[in-house]
Amino acid sequence: MQEMVNIFIFGKKYSVPGDLTIMTAMEYAGYQLKRGCGCRHGFCGACATIYRIKGKNELKTCLACQTQVEDGMYIASLPFYPIDKRTYNMEEIRAEQRVMMDLYPEIYSCIGCNACTKGCPQNLNVMQYIAYAQRGDFEACAEESFDCIGCGICASRCPAGISHPMVGELARRLTGKYIAPKCEHLQNRVDEINEGKFDDLIEQVMQKPIEEMQELYNNREIEK
Amino acid sequence: MYTAKMQESIKKVEATRAARMAAEPRRMTAEEKDTLLAAYHPDYKEDGFVTLKVGPNKGEKVPTELGRLLESNSRILNERIDLNKIDYDVDVLVIGAGGAGSSAAIEAHEAGANVMIVTKLRIGDANTMMAEGGIQAADKENDSPAQHYLDAFGGGHFAARPELLKKLVMEAPDAIHWLENLGVMFDKDAEGNMITTHGGGTSRKRMHACRDYSGAEIMRTLRDEVINRGIPVVEFTSAVELIKDDKGQVAGAVLLNMETDEYLVARAKTVIIATGGAGRLHYNNFPTSNHYGATADGLVLGYRVGAPLLYQDTIQYHPTGAAYPSQIFGALVTEKVRSLGAMLVNVDGEAFMHPLETRDVSAASIIRECSDREKGVETPQGKAVWLDTPMIEMIHGEGTIEKRIPAMLRMFMNYGIDMRKEPILVYPTLHYQNGGLEINGEGFTNAVSNLLVAGEAVGGIHGRNRLMGNSLLDVIVFGRDAGKAAAAKAKDVTLGTMNLDHVKEYAKTLEEAGLDTGMVSPQLLPDYAGKRHL
Repeated sequence: MQEMVNIFIFGKKYSVPGDLTIMTAMEYAGYQLKRGCGCRHGFCGACATIYRIKGKNELKTCLACQTQVEDGMYIASLPFYPIDKRTYNMEEIRAEQRVMMDLYPEIYSCIGCNACTKGCPQNLNVMQYIAYAQRGDFEACAEESFDCIGCGICASRCPAGISHPMVGELARRLTGKYIAPKCEHLQNRVDEINEGKFDDLIEQVMQKPIEEMQELYNNREIEK
Repeated sequence: MYTAKMQESIKKVEATRAARMAAEPRRMTAEEKDTLLAAYHPDYKEDGFVTLKVGPNKGEKVPTELGRLLESNSRILNERIDLNKIDYDVDVLVIGAGGAGSSAAIEAHEAGANVMIVTKLRIGDANTMMAEGGIQAADKENDSPAQHYLDAFGGGHFAARPELLKKLVMEAPDAIHWLENLGVMFDKDAEGNMITTHGGGTSRKRMHACRDYSGAEIMRTLRDEVINRGIPVVEFTSAVELIKDDKGQVAGAVLLNMETDEYLVARAKTVIIATGGAGRLHYNNFPTSNHYGATADGLVLGYRVGAPLLYQDTIQYHPTGAAYPSQIFGALVTEKVRSLGAMLVNVDGEAFMHPLETRDVSAASIIRECSDREKGVETPQGKAVWLDTPMIEMIHGEGTIEKRIPAMLRMFMNYGIDMRKEPILVYPTLHYQNGGLEINGEGFTNAVSNLLVAGEAVGGIHGRNRLMGNSLLDVIVFGRDAGKAAAAKAKDVTLGTMNLDHVKEYAKTLEEAGLDTGMVSPQLLPDYAGKRHL
């Protein structure tokens, strides 16, 4: 039998099996989640959570779906945070330093407290990627922020009101579109298909009787 | 973190590693695969299925849980919905905001249509966000769309609809190109060449990836683009029934605000169902790698309005769901782990199969190892096999795991398991709905005018099994095409008077068939409250 622990969901005490995650513990306690629950596997950022262990001073942050409950856990979920995403036309902007100045000028108000980094459940160096963005080093910002799932905990901890996930998003799109080298073999293949180069080949394969397809499939050469 | 018994087994895995790495395991013959699937794949068992008694697929097999929803009444059967009070009036209504819905909305917007997305949770709360391994496209010298077609057709047991599969493979390079142009950061070398790998059942290395956040990177880019374009996204609002007009065309949907329980009416000239899969119905009591909202809502909506399903009886169990620890039971362990060289190994340290067989074959093989062959590793949830991840670092060099599959490293590290040094435990998890609503080559249902379907809610693109990397691809290809087609079609549509007659007709059919499930559908959310579940 699994050992039970006491947790406090929004301050109210519930006894739950100690091997559950915060998310499954809330459900075990009777919650039908609508907010604060998305992919349930650590990829979507829906379940940002703040907690404190009774008797300890430290305030901790995590994803409810990726964190096991502990005895004495005081839990508040943060299903939404007013992050400020600016809009832009990717065809019109360029990977120039002034893009960040124009769209997210508040990044220059960073006071270096590092609360964003401390709060990140993905253990990203958030303050560092904001620093890269300030300098207009979008590629470094994109690399550093790549594993961001947009939970918004960083933004909730920021005294300067920065919307970090959106800064990272812009840097990644600029990198993917303008900075990373274009893929030549991809462009060539798109052109070839548009020119109809593969039309006959695909039709030939499609027209084959099933027996012949099976033969082809079972004996096809597999690249090493 | 591992139990003493598991650690004993790990010693055997380590002892055989060098020898295993020196030899590639044999691939199964076609006959061996057929025998294995028939004996061990859940699709081939009678248990877990029922025969539909009503609707377009009457007399056909369907998973029990889905059957129950299809044979339930509408949740608005006894509600008074005022169809004259129109809350939203658009050209194109997209139901669902995952990869397919978002791609459709962007293309419809690009074509000048007045388009709106409605979604039960948030934009991006979708299986697309959770796709880890990659996306296929035949864009290299040694590859061709025909080769891609052959791999997918054979992997799907020669059951895919040729006209749909042709679109998938022929439009794949353009899909990748479109994403690259939107700013998706694909893994590339210094010259810009795509870094590609194999997936199970591919004959060429055509798996493009963005580390192991491939779906997340694609989804967040699409989301950003949808918002930049100012396309309205009505979140926390479900479509609970389609609306028809007096000409029999689809004319919109009844929506439900998930938080206030208010019903709303959306009128639309064309409607795209992009509601995704059904993993949260937990067929055969399997855990799932799917997101919280994967409850087959779109299938229910389409079926009730008269659109037939195709291959609704084929389900994909991803061979490698996390099996330990219990907190991540059922979570996806990307196939890319095997693409990078990790082998599947049993309790005695034996590589019992080639790690890159197709998913159905791999899942069946693992189930056989853990059942009749009694070669599984014991876990609190049952049995599992090892995925020998330290091999990856030995083959490709130290640091590869952190660079290429950081999400996997993070997920296991959370529970004190360092997959660079120790293997991980896996068992099949409910992953993908191979079947879905039937569409024609233009993305429309044949049964109901102006109704389109895209993404996982479609049946027939992949046949009876899907290859890794073809789902991220299909949400983009068919999502984009549906958006363009819906926008074009909307220009010619004149709507008549709206009605919900089909809801009453369906109720009558159920009654005549003597069916009373005591439930309403679509389900919208899984019922986890007050329970211990996964």
